[in-house]
Amino acid sequence: MTAWIKSLYIGLILLLLVAPIVVVAGVSLNEAQSLRFPPQDLSLRWYGALFREPDWLVPLRNSLVIAATSSLLAVLVALPLALHVWSRRGWLSRGLYTLGVAPFMLPPVISALGFLVFWVSLGMYGQMAATIVSHGVFLVTLPVVTISLGLNAIDPALIEAARTMGAARGQVLRTVILPLIVPYILSGYAFAFVLSLNEYIIAYMVAGFTVETLPIKIFNSLRYGYTPIMGVVSVLFILLAVAVFGMIGRFGNLPRLMGSERVRDQ
Amino acid sequence: MSAPQKATPGWLAAIPALALGIFFIVPFAIMLSVSVAHRVPGGFFEPGFELASYIRFLSAFFGSILVTSITISAAAAAICVTLAFPFTVFLAGMGRRAQTWILVILLSVLSLSEVIIGFSLSTLLSKTAGVGNLLAWLGILETSRAFTPSLFALLTGMCYLGFPYAVLVLYPPVSRLDPELGEAARTMGASPLRTFFGVTLPLLRAPVLGALVLVFVFTLGVYLLPQVLGRPQHWTLSVHITDQAIFQSNLPFAAAMAVLLLVVTLMLVGLTLLLGRDAGARQ
Repeated sequence: MTAWIKSLYIGLILLLLVAPIVVVAGVSLNEAQSLRFPPQDLSLRWYGALFREPDWLVPLRNSLVIAATSSLLAVLVALPLALHVWSRRGWLSRGLYTLGVAPFMLPPVISALGFLVFWVSLGMYGQMAATIVSHGVFLVTLPVVTISLGLNAIDPALIEAARTMGAARGQVLRTVILPLIVPYILSGYAFAFVLSLNEYIIAYMVAGFTVETLPIKIFNSLRYGYTPIMGVVSVLFILLAVAVFGMIGRFGNLPRLMGSERVRDQ
Repeated sequence: MSAPQKATPGWLAAIPALALGIFFIVPFAIMLSVSVAHRVPGGFFEPGFELASYIRFLSAFFGSILVTSITISAAAAAICVTLAFPFTVFLAGMGRRAQTWILVILLSVLSLSEVIIGFSLSTLLSKTAGVGNLLAWLGILETSRAFTPSLFALLTGMCYLGFPYAVLVLYPPVSRLDPELGEAARTMGASPLRTFFGVTLPLLRAPVLGALVLVFVFTLGVYLLPQVLGRPQHWTLSVHITDQAIFQSNLPFAAAMAVLLLVVTLMLVGLTLLLGRDAGARQ
C-alpha cells in the first residue's frame, strides 16, 4: 500500500474523530442561547458565564476537587502496588496486579453499583468523600500501568552499582528508584485526573443528587434545555486533555508509554 | 522483568492490599449479598437468601434487553476493530513525532466524558447544527433533517467511544511486530494486500480478539449514549441497572443484573485469554 493511501486513511479517521468537537466548539461561540452551527454573531459570553453562574460554578469546583484528590489517592495506592509487583514475584504480586488492573477493565456500571451499595451500607451515600474514594479506586489502574512501565525501564545495573557502593535498600529506593520513576508517577496522576473529570456513572450513582460534577450537570441540562455553556465545558475539557497529553508527549516518550518498543526517531 | 529481588520492603504490599480489599472487594461482596436479599417495596431491602431477582431477569422483557445489549455492543466492537486495525498498522509505521501527535489526539478523545460525546454527536447529527445542514447545502437533502435519535446515531457514538481503546490495545503488539516479516513476504513476490491478510493479520490474531472483547465489554457498560442518541428500545442493560437502582429503588434486582453482567464479562475475558494462549503456543 502506498504511503498516501495510508495517510489518507489516517487523516480521514482523525477528521471523523475531530468533527463533533469542531461543531461543539462552534456552538459554544453563539451569541444567543441556541445551538447553531456555523455560530451566529460570534461571542465569548458563555465562557464568562461558566465562571459567573453559581449553577455551573459549584459543579466546576466539585469536579476539580474530586479529580485532584482522587487521582492523588490512586497514585498513593498504585505506587506501593507497582513497586511490590516489580520487585517480588509470587501469588501476592500476581493477585495485587490483577486487582489493580481490574477496576478499569470491568464495565464501569458494575463497579458503580458496587460502590453504591457499599456507601449505602456505611451510611456515607451522597457525600463527596464517597465519590473521591470511589474514583480513586476506579482509576488506580492508570498509575499502576504507567509506574510499572517506568520501573521496568530501569537499568538493573544502576541498582547493582548503588548496592555495590554500599547503599542500603531504603537509600537505593529513595535516591535511585524513586527519582527515575517520577515522570511516570506524574503522567499516571495526569491520566487519572483527566479521566476523573470526565467520569459520569460512578459519580452519579454514589452521590449524583447531592454532589453535582460537571458531567452530571451537563447531562441534567441535556434534559432540560440546551445552553451553549455545555459546549464551553466540552471545549475546556478537550483543551485540558490535549494540554496534559501534549505535555506528556512533549517531555516524555508517549509511544513508549503506550507500549511501543521500536519507535523510529525522526 | 529484570527487577532486582526484594528492592522494596515486604510491608509495602499491605497498603494496596488493604485499600483495594476494603474499597473494591468488599463492595463486590456486598453487591453479591444484596442481589439475593429480599426486596422491601418502597424501602430498601432486608438481608436474606432468595433468587427472586435472578428469576425475574429470566422474563421475556429482560431477556430481550440482554439480547439487544449484546447485539449492539457486538456490532460496535466489530466496526471499531475493523476500522482500528489498519489504522494501528499504518500508525505504527510512522515517525515518532507523527505517532506522538496522533496518540495525543486519541488519548484526548478517549478521556472525553460519555456525556460530552453524546452531546457532541447529538449536535453534529441535529437539524440545526449538523450534517443535515451540510447535506441540504450540498443539495443531497431537500431540507435539513435530524439523524438522532436512531440506531445509527447510537452505533456511531459507541464506535466513537470504543475506537481509541481498540487502537491502544492493538498498538503495543502491532508496533512490536517485526517489519522484516512483511518485507520478506514482499520480496518473495506477495502483493501488499496479500501480505496484509496472509502475514500481518494472522500474526496478530490474539491481540485482535483482545481488542474485540475489550470494546465489547466497554460498550456493554455504556449508560448515557443509549439515552441521548438512541430510542427507548435501544436501552441497554446498563441503563436498566441504573434505572432500577436509582429510580425504581430496587437494589436487589439492580445488583442481580450487575452480577449477571459481571459473569458474562468475566466469561468473555477468560475465553479471550484462552484463545490468546492457544495462538501464542502455536507460534
